[in-house]
Amino acid sequence: MSTILEMKNINKIYGTTVKTQVLYDINLNFNQGSFNSIIGQSGSGKSTLMNIMGTLDSPTSGEIIVAGKSTSGMKASELARYRNQSIGFVFQFHYLLPEFTALENVLMPYRIGHKTIPKETMDRAKELMALVGLEKVMNNNATQMSGGQQQRTAIARALLNQPKMILADEPTGNLDSLSTETIYDLLRDINERFGTTFIIITHDRRIAEKADRIIEIADGRISLDVTR
Amino acid sequence: MKLSAQIATRFLKSSLTQTLIIILGIGIGVSVQIFIGSLIQGLQKSLVNTTIGNAAHLTITNDADDGYISDYSAILSDAKASDDRISAATPLLTASSLLEQDGDSQSLLIRGFDLDAAEGIYEFSEYVVDGQLPAANGEVLLGVLARDTFDLSVGETIALITPDKRTVECQISGFFDYKVAQANQSWCITTLKTAQDVFLLDDVANSIELQVGQDVVFESDAVAENVISRLGSSTLVVKEWQSQNEQLLSGLQGQSISSIMIQVFVMISVVLGIASVLAISVMQKSRQIGILKAMGIQNSSSSLIFLIQGLILGIFGAIVGILFGLGLSYAFTTFALKPDGSPVIPLYIDPKFIALSACIAVVACILASLIPARKSSTLNPIDIIRNS
Ligand SMILES: Nc1ncnc2c1ncn2[C@@H]1O[C@H](COP(=O)(O)OP(=O)(O)OP(=O)(O)O)[C@@H](O)[C@H]1O
Ligand SMILES: [Mg+2]
Repeated sequence: MSTILEMKNINKIYGTTVKTQVLYDINLNFNQGSFNSIIGQSGSGKSTLMNIMGTLDSPTSGEIIVAGKSTSGMKASELARYRNQSIGFVFQFHYLLPEFTALENVLMPYRIGHKTIPKETMDRAKELMALVGLEKVMNNNATQMSGGQQQRTAIARALLNQPKMILADEPTGNLDSLSTETIYDLLRDINERFGTTFIIITHDRRIAEKADRIIEIADGRISLDVTR
Repeated sequence: MKLSAQIATRFLKSSLTQTLIIILGIGIGVSVQIFIGSLIQGLQKSLVNTTIGNAAHLTITNDADDGYISDYSAILSDAKASDDRISAATPLLTASSLLEQDGDSQSLLIRGFDLDAAEGIYEFSEYVVDGQLPAANGEVLLGVLARDTFDLSVGETIALITPDKRTVECQISGFFDYKVAQANQSWCITTLKTAQDVFLLDDVANSIELQVGQDVVFESDAVAENVISRLGSSTLVVKEWQSQNEQLLSGLQGQSISSIMIQVFVMISVVLGIASVLAISVMQKSRQIGILKAMGIQNSSSSLIFLIQGLILGIFGAIVGILFGLGLSYAFTTFALKPDGSPVIPLYIDPKFIALSACIAVVACILASLIPARKSSTLNPIDIIRNS
């Protein structure tokens, strides 16, 4: 199986005067089409790790290799294009654009990369809204939705461009256990159907155990890495 | 581009009050600019018009001994042909005489014109308040002050005493009021022929007066050069009004500079206002910019959002400004009137100037949005994603 993302000796130190090291010598490889979960206590460095994976943050030392290429030499515009085409993000704090409707938010990753929206894309956006159970509120402004609805919208948005990889930070943090279950089934389904790689941070062990691989972070180090 | 434009409009709509206030601010700035500009231009036009509107802009005289020009009609047509900016030309014979009436006397400047041609410069018929222009030989037109001083009336005969002590009788055909005391008192307007007869001269003039078109009065120096080169080397001398009115010109220039200064400073304050509001708006929208950047929007597109906001604000501001400015001008020219019904302040509404003001406002708004655009471009999404 081919490697979609490779992290080599990643260290992350915050601050310049008062230095706090958050990640210590992380080495991780992710396979194309795998379904991974990252668990760990609050403050252990999960989000930091994910931001580095997503090229949003740069490591203090170490290398990220995507599609055989190190990100350290890539220009800002190149990284932006890579993120737009290859990664779908679901952030811990769902982050929709409040000036746009739910559907417009879902379409945003496509519009960033293209001038016009073809009918198929529009249909797919609506289909995704239906899949996350939001077809009734898709024309609501992002501000007129509950936290859980916003989170589901963010998931639909991450899926729109059919990226190779989805990075999700507590994507079901605001959802009840039934909805959580439904969403994970959906993500698994997409994983199986399209071969999308999933890397999901969760504190819910029950959910984590449904993944192919569980990585546990403790104080910035990998304390557990099991593949089923 | 399309996405940036849509995001820009959504941002502006989402904080509508703020947007309307900036537009109002720009509008007021532009309207002040338009009003001040129209006012100064109007004042200058009316000043120039009262000063040289009914006067010769170029005068050709003869430097030879007696100063007379005998071939005046040839010179006149030569001069006229030298530059098509010349709108009117007349020969003129001027000489002093003494008006004597019932024991009183005053000096009277006889000005003999080709009256039809001179109408193009002096518009005599506009200023005749009593009687009519001289038609027959021996008829003269006097000023209203001379009339009042000597208690004269139309049709009356007056006695003129020439420098060589002869007495010549002329008949008054009418009176003019040029609103200038000196002219009203001592000018005596008549035909060239009558003037020649009074002073026992042949068919001569002692100057040729030319006027250029209204919109090219400040090009009189260039016209003069053309006339000079056309007339060739001779004893003829050409003088133009600008070299005779340096004080007026420097006064006008001073006005223009202060008007431009006011406009520049109004624009600077508008630009600073917009720049600061847009800078705040980048802060307000940094979360959204961060999300968009995480999703892969290019830095150039993210800065374009703010440039477009500047453009939109500029366009709407300019429109509001033009409406306000014209409204203000209209109000002034309609409600602030002199007793005779003419406006206290003569505004000059120049569509080109208004268009220029509007363009400057739009460009200024785009310039003002450069700083926020740059900020938006350099914003790092991780700072937004991390700090929540
Ligand atoms: N900008 C920063 N400067 C200094 N320290 C930071 C900064 N951001 C995060 N940290 C520290 O880094 C550590 C890891 O933070 P991170 O957000 O990655 O944790 P996490 O595992 O995602 O936690 P949670 O489950 O609560 O989301 C924490 O101890 C945090 O205090
Ligand atoms: Mg976190």
